[in-house]
Amino acid sequence: MATIPDQTARQEAAASAPPAIELRGISKAFGPVQANKDISITVQRGTIHGIVGENGAGKSTLMSILYGFYKADAGEVFINGRKTEIPDSLAAIRAGIGMVFQHFKLVENFTVLENVILGAEDSALLGPSRRRARGVLKQLASDFELEVDPDTLIENLSVGHQQRVEILKALYREADILILDEPTGVLTPSEADHLFRILRGLKEQGKTIILITHKLREIMDVTDDVSVMRRGEIVATRATADTSPTELAELMVGRKVLLRVEKTEAQPGEEVLRVDGLRLVDGQGVERLRKIGFSIRAGEILGIAGVAGNGQSELLEVLAGLREAEGQAMLRGQPLPLSGQDCNGQARRARRIAHVPEDRHRRGLVLPFHAWENTALGYHHDPRYNPSPWRMDGAAIIADTAAKMERFDVRPPDPQLPAEGFSGGNQQKIVLAREIEYGPDLLLVGQPTRGVDIGAIEFIHQRLIELRDAGAAVLLVSVELDEILSLSDRILVMFDGRIMGERMADATDARELGLLMAGMEHA
Amino acid sequence: MDMATLAQVLDSTLRLATPLLFACLAGLISERAGIFDIGLEGKILAAAFLAAAIAFVSGNVWLGVLAGIAISVCMSLIHGVASITFRGNQLISGVAINFLAAGLTVVIAQNWFRQGGRTPSLTGDARMAQIDLPFAEALADVPVIGPIYNIFSGHALLVYLAFLCVPATWFLLFRTRFGLRLRAVGENPAAVDTAGVSVIGLRFGAVAICGVLCGLAGAYLSTGLSAGFVKDMSAGRGYIALAAMIFAKWRPWHAMGAVLLFGLLEAVANRFQSIEIMGLALPIQVMQALPYILTVVILAGFVGRAIPPRAGGSPYVKEH
Repeated sequence: MATIPDQTARQEAAASAPPAIELRGISKAFGPVQANKDISITVQRGTIHGIVGENGAGKSTLMSILYGFYKADAGEVFINGRKTEIPDSLAAIRAGIGMVFQHFKLVENFTVLENVILGAEDSALLGPSRRRARGVLKQLASDFELEVDPDTLIENLSVGHQQRVEILKALYREADILILDEPTGVLTPSEADHLFRILRGLKEQGKTIILITHKLREIMDVTDDVSVMRRGEIVATRATADTSPTELAELMVGRKVLLRVEKTEAQPGEEVLRVDGLRLVDGQGVERLRKIGFSIRAGEILGIAGVAGNGQSELLEVLAGLREAEGQAMLRGQPLPLSGQDCNGQARRARRIAHVPEDRHRRGLVLPFHAWENTALGYHHDPRYNPSPWRMDGAAIIADTAAKMERFDVRPPDPQLPAEGFSGGNQQKIVLAREIEYGPDLLLVGQPTRGVDIGAIEFIHQRLIELRDAGAAVLLVSVELDEILSLSDRILVMFDGRIMGERMADATDARELGLLMAGMEHA
Repeated sequence: MDMATLAQVLDSTLRLATPLLFACLAGLISERAGIFDIGLEGKILAAAFLAAAIAFVSGNVWLGVLAGIAISVCMSLIHGVASITFRGNQLISGVAINFLAAGLTVVIAQNWFRQGGRTPSLTGDARMAQIDLPFAEALADVPVIGPIYNIFSGHALLVYLAFLCVPATWFLLFRTRFGLRLRAVGENPAAVDTAGVSVIGLRFGAVAICGVLCGLAGAYLSTGLSAGFVKDMSAGRGYIALAAMIFAKWRPWHAMGAVLLFGLLEAVANRFQSIEIMGLALPIQVMQALPYILTVVILAGFVGRAIPPRAGGSPYVKEH
């Protein structure tokens, strides 16, 4: 059972007004999986309540119940002290709940105005709704720093502005309770700061906000109270002022974790890869990489920071031989073909370049295949696996996989389990084990901890540092700025297919990188 | 080509474009809501048959039209149940409807009328009457204005209705609440769902409208344009309507333009048995094939990029 923090001011508020939201004993199971177990939370009016937890802890399920997407198996919801049934989204909207989803629910080729009024039109004809919405939007813009041009198409807006439209949608429907699911995952640091200013402004106007995130820094920055979820249960609720990131991380994982990566000074050796004038034009004629040049040395981790979609993914794919591009590349002083028939994954592996793809489901694993089959993918020509030209030695691969699983702490350590049967973190460890144990000179790694829980993040980070210390070059692409900052020795920031700047990791900070990520030249 | 011939060709363009226009708008509304409908053809055919059959039996063409609409809406709803409710493949469901219509119309026609899979010829009130616009007679002899006015005069009611449907469709899609939601559901049904509006309800609404319009297309075909039903009389009009819709990039006014182009080609082919171009005589088959050749050209993407509604063809599965 959650306890309400002992803070006098809030207790007084609680005494005068019922809590904005009270969940009592919510449970929800999907088949054998208990996604939510007897969850009770109380959120006071006019506060920001954070909910943290690892992937799969049940945060999103809980919010989907609150927004009428799922029906709870048991439990009750009280809104403003009144018991409320929420069978569908319409009921949630009527109860004053607005939701900002992680993946925006916007119609891309509609204008901002059309998106705002969709579903909340005043009459059968659109004219009056349009006129009213225009006025309301102007008012909201000036009240809450939510400026967006109402006549722009959504597809022409930046992600940060699209998110504002989602918030405007909720406010236009007169939501009193705003739920935001991982709102900063796609934002630059300055956009995130702006969002938090908006949230504080909304709070001052008496709105109640629930913030779901896995970023502890945000919880500490902006929330009043925080509930921690683990395996479908609320394990603790604290006043934010009375807790610390370390405590929250421990509560999330259920054991002690290192938030900062422990690493020694890099000892960069000779140059492994040099790239010059790398240019990529995609099928739509858009220039994705605009003459990029950089080099990376043995024994260093080069981090590539940037908001998703600024060319980092394409850079990884080009270097991994999955896409052809123009320009020159030299690997250990020998030319590395960027197009033609020697530009493919197999040829890259022969040159000791390993690749941990950004999207492990699409490119890293064949999900229905067994773990041991996945371990052999790309390395199936290895003589150890092929005792004779016409026979592959399954038993050898299985034994090898079992050993790798042991060393990489994959749970469960069962080579016969299909890849889709593992959690995100363990899937990632399978991919990493395959690529790292091969002993590459250059490891290309994209989003190594996307959708991976905190415990596994710690492990994966340690492995990347170990690989660096063993003398390999590591090219790390990540949209998580904290990850870039804590792992990299040197950092490149990409924006719009260009390298905006290069910084040493120990001589920069999130603010400076954030400006570069937003395309500001002189950060 | 003299004025009289030109007037004749344009007059027949309007008639020939009418069933295409109904079908094109039907497909447009359905696809704007995210339901691909390759079954326009089958619905037109079924409606053509039932409209002619009921018009013959009752002697009242309007009862026939209602029957055509009814059967077409029924088939639309079958498509809806298969592709919206049961999330089936929309192409396969549409193809099934085409097969169903092609087979059933002939079998039932044979069983009812014993005339080799056709209905008896319609005469009198069983056929759609032509409406002369006021003053058509008086203006006939006025130069220029007279012939032009007469091109627009003397058509069946459904011809005028079809062309009225163009602004109506535009208004529905872009000026009404229903239209906004319908377009949204074809682009991103999740946005509609989270806004608290029923995705399934909207899509069924669109599919039903599609059924009504296809019914009108079929009914006009057998009771207005012809005088009775013959086997496979839709002759690919459902597919041509789809091509016109893509050509028009899912916009009502452009759809009218596209459909008139197809109508013109067909009218020219009907009027001139052969045409000489630079000393080379084109046989009639080439002329008759023109609308179909144009269809292929359009579908092959020679008209620039046509971007269909983004959620088109895929059933909506709720997820967060």
